[in-house]
Amino acid sequence: MTTTPTLELRNLEVAYTVRGIDRQVLRGVSFSIAPGEAYGLVGESGCGKSTAAFAAMRYLPRNGKITSGSILFEGKDIVDINDDEVAKLRRSAISMVYQNPATALNPTIRIGKQIAEVFELNGVSSADAMMMAEQALTKVQIADPARVMRRYAHQLSGGMAQRVVIAMALASNPRLLVMDEPTTGLDATVEAEVLDLVRELRRDTGTAVLFISHNLGVIRNMCDRVGVLYAGALVEQGATSELFSNPSHPYTVGLLRCIPRGGLHKNTDRLDTIPGTPPALGTNFDGCVFAARCSLADDKCRTQLPEMVTINGSHVARCFHSDKAGSMPRSIEQIEYAPQTTSHKTQVGDTLLNISHLSKVFNQDGHKVRVINDVSLTLGVGETLGLVGESGSGKTTIAKLVLGLTPPEEGGVVTLDGKGLAKTLNRRDVADVGAMQIVFQNPDQALNRRHSVTRIVSRAVERLRKFSLAAALERAHELLSGMRVDASLHSVRPVQLSGGLKQRVAIARAFAGAPQIVVCDEPTSALDVSVQAAILNLLVDLQKKDQTSFIFISHDLGVVRYISDKIAVLYLGRVVEFGTSQRVFTGPFHPYTEALLSSVPNIDGSTRKRIPLTGVVPSPSNPPSGCVLNPRCPRKAGSGYETLCETEEPNLTEVEPGHFMRCHVPMAKLKQLQS
Amino acid sequence: MLRFIVKRIGLSILTLVIVSLIVFLMTSIMPGDIAKQILGRDATPEAFEIWNKEKGFDKPLVVQYSRWMGGVLTGDLGTSLQYEMPVAEILAPAASKSAQLAIVALLLIAPISILGGIAAAMNRGKKVDRALTVGGLSAAVIPEFVWAVVLILVFGVAIQVFPVSAFPDEENPNLISSIYHLILPSIALLFVLFGYISRITRAGVIEALDSDYMRTAVLKGLSRKTAVFKHVLRNALLPTIAVIATQVPYLAGGLIAIERVFNYPGFGNILLDAVIARDFPLLQSAVFLTGVVIIVFQLIADILFAVLNPRIRQKVTE
Repeated sequence: MTTTPTLELRNLEVAYTVRGIDRQVLRGVSFSIAPGEAYGLVGESGCGKSTAAFAAMRYLPRNGKITSGSILFEGKDIVDINDDEVAKLRRSAISMVYQNPATALNPTIRIGKQIAEVFELNGVSSADAMMMAEQALTKVQIADPARVMRRYAHQLSGGMAQRVVIAMALASNPRLLVMDEPTTGLDATVEAEVLDLVRELRRDTGTAVLFISHNLGVIRNMCDRVGVLYAGALVEQGATSELFSNPSHPYTVGLLRCIPRGGLHKNTDRLDTIPGTPPALGTNFDGCVFAARCSLADDKCRTQLPEMVTINGSHVARCFHSDKAGSMPRSIEQIEYAPQTTSHKTQVGDTLLNISHLSKVFNQDGHKVRVINDVSLTLGVGETLGLVGESGSGKTTIAKLVLGLTPPEEGGVVTLDGKGLAKTLNRRDVADVGAMQIVFQNPDQALNRRHSVTRIVSRAVERLRKFSLAAALERAHELLSGMRVDASLHSVRPVQLSGGLKQRVAIARAFAGAPQIVVCDEPTSALDVSVQAAILNLLVDLQKKDQTSFIFISHDLGVVRYISDKIAVLYLGRVVEFGTSQRVFTGPFHPYTEALLSSVPNIDGSTRKRIPLTGVVPSPSNPPSGCVLNPRCPRKAGSGYETLCETEEPNLTEVEPGHFMRCHVPMAKLKQLQS
Repeated sequence: MLRFIVKRIGLSILTLVIVSLIVFLMTSIMPGDIAKQILGRDATPEAFEIWNKEKGFDKPLVVQYSRWMGGVLTGDLGTSLQYEMPVAEILAPAASKSAQLAIVALLLIAPISILGGIAAAMNRGKKVDRALTVGGLSAAVIPEFVWAVVLILVFGVAIQVFPVSAFPDEENPNLISSIYHLILPSIALLFVLFGYISRITRAGVIEALDSDYMRTAVLKGLSRKTAVFKHVLRNALLPTIAVIATQVPYLAGGLIAIERVFNYPGFGNILLDAVIARDFPLLQSAVFLTGVVIIVFQLIADILFAVLNPRIRQKVTE
């Protein structure tokens, strides 16, 4: 092995200057990427993944600087080269793909010109550059490249925008491609397509890839080797399959255990968490960076910096106790609650919420767009109803209709405990409002920044429970403590809290009115996996204790499967499948569900055939005739029902007790096709 | 796009109608008896009545308003009470003078302020930025007529490089001479507007510099200068252009103090005279014309904004 690595980091140290003090963000990071190799960097937010990626591009924020170590590109140190040489490298040898493709494109310049710019930089005439730009778009398998050339960024979907960014990155024929969370924020099906594309392009071009992601499943499926970062230090590194099957650093083990996967369910399994919180930016360590949160840590770990030890071949871990990491005790937190002062009289499993024939039509530029089409669902006491589907499928709109934030069309009825609810929130009485609350994806925007945490919760208690101020404050403290928000934090403002703590406050607020139903709209999507596990545990505990029901919206199918009792799969505003979590996830599947499930990158490394959905999600303003899925359906062709699928919309029918599907193909046939 | 423009023009016309009503009512209830002022204190009551009748002031307000509007639409703005000559003949040369001043001022202010804003943004937090920001703000605090006096004292009297009057003495001044005379008042206006426009520019440029697409441009391998030129400015100058367009009416609509100090026969002087003399046919039309200028430039600003921003352009096309 004497080939020069494409990229090599040697003891790289990077610091950010914050308020005049240098705070270290990368601590002696070393790794190398061979030509044609894909190297993944994983870790939670703030661990330095993106800093490493941008350092490789020689693009650090204004307050960031490389304090020591070297970055070698094809053997040449690029830490000290001047701006012209850096620009030349970026023009011709290193490219980058970003997390938010939509904002990475210039909003006022046509796509074609933006791609052509890269060719022009390399000396191609502008006419030729435009031609080559179109070829570049063809290469990333975008539909109708000629038309995309003339478009602006805002006219593209997320998946298309990412293809454009990839086309732009590959335009310079780079020897190294840095991908920073390239599929985060994309739908599962789109993510799968983009990842397929990247895999194909890698096979064709042999470009080395530095792949940054917080998603272990994506890394596992995309990379040859993996490095795990924690607090700016590389704690473990090895070949992907070896590292995932034999994780040897307690942090890696903890990360893998946090993830709801492989059919885990709240009724039988509790999720592990990683106790404590990640260290603040620039913390100084005497010993191991992870010691404060590690259940194996002893005095040696706290005082001495461990060296990388070899586990197996190239698999190394920076831990004194790597032999014990794989079998370290599970970390399961138990929660004590503040008891709710009211109890609902119904029994677990009784129908609590009944949604029937809900439709919603939006007016868009004078066109009527039916975003929700005749949705009927039920939710039992103490149960969780999971809503899944791609963006635009109507998940959030259904939640809004149920909550009364937007009124349904004529004929739609929502009943709670047998009592019909008014269509809009302002016509519902306080008890009905308190009975249904919501937890949003982004607690930053959901919590009033100017109020203290206690006030946020106590105001809700005052309003929804008609408590006196003193009683409301007392209840607020009880609720917050029940959500494991430490008493010392009750008087602070949300801005001083971490993302996980903010979400706990948001949950406390939702529980202020002693709700019967809490709508959770992507409550953990903005959180790290270890925090996500703690929040999911909390929700499950709250549910078990108070028989609270949840409507749970998430694009993460592992999370939905873990927490839901029943699942409704939505496509274009219609329920295409409805049944128990177990049934929906084990099949036989509705063809759409099948495609959706097969697109999730599998963290267990088992290879599974992906069932692709062809084409794009049709616009709800102009839905296809017949079954709305038929132009993209993976099971239509050869099913013998093609004509029916194309002409008649199927009804939601009970294919077996408690399992509903909207499909012309009989279940027996589906079962046969899917086996 | 065409629909958007037509719609905006429609709205502008509606606004103009409302403006005309307000202007008409305001001038009609202005205190002081005009007849008395024009005819003198000793005139007989009969004389007043005849005068009022002659001028149509005895008619109901509705009739007076429709007569005035009818005149405006046909180009007949009535007769000035004070000068006894058609209002249009008084306003036209004054408006043209004000427009000349506005154009010269704008040609000076826009590029300098934009460049200042860009320079401040590119040197964010450094001395250049602070000097431009603090300087611009301080200059804006002082009213334009004070600047005018200071400028006259320095460049007109102490070192005599510019004329103290904004209006050439010659019979038929050539273009260069006209512009030359307008430079000093324009500089006074520059001092007032520089802080404002350069700050808007600075904010726009900084936003664009911090954007993800700027990062993309730099990581494509463009030099910082090229990236700023090709990717930042177009996006950054959008709000600036709209802001400048909204400042045009201020420049063109009669800068009373500047015109007085520089002895310039512009719109502002006419307005002031009309108020003092209670010459309300003249006043009505002058104020209304100012309204037209403001609304027209607001319209131009909106359309420009839409043309330059594909996102809005698309929205309005749909």
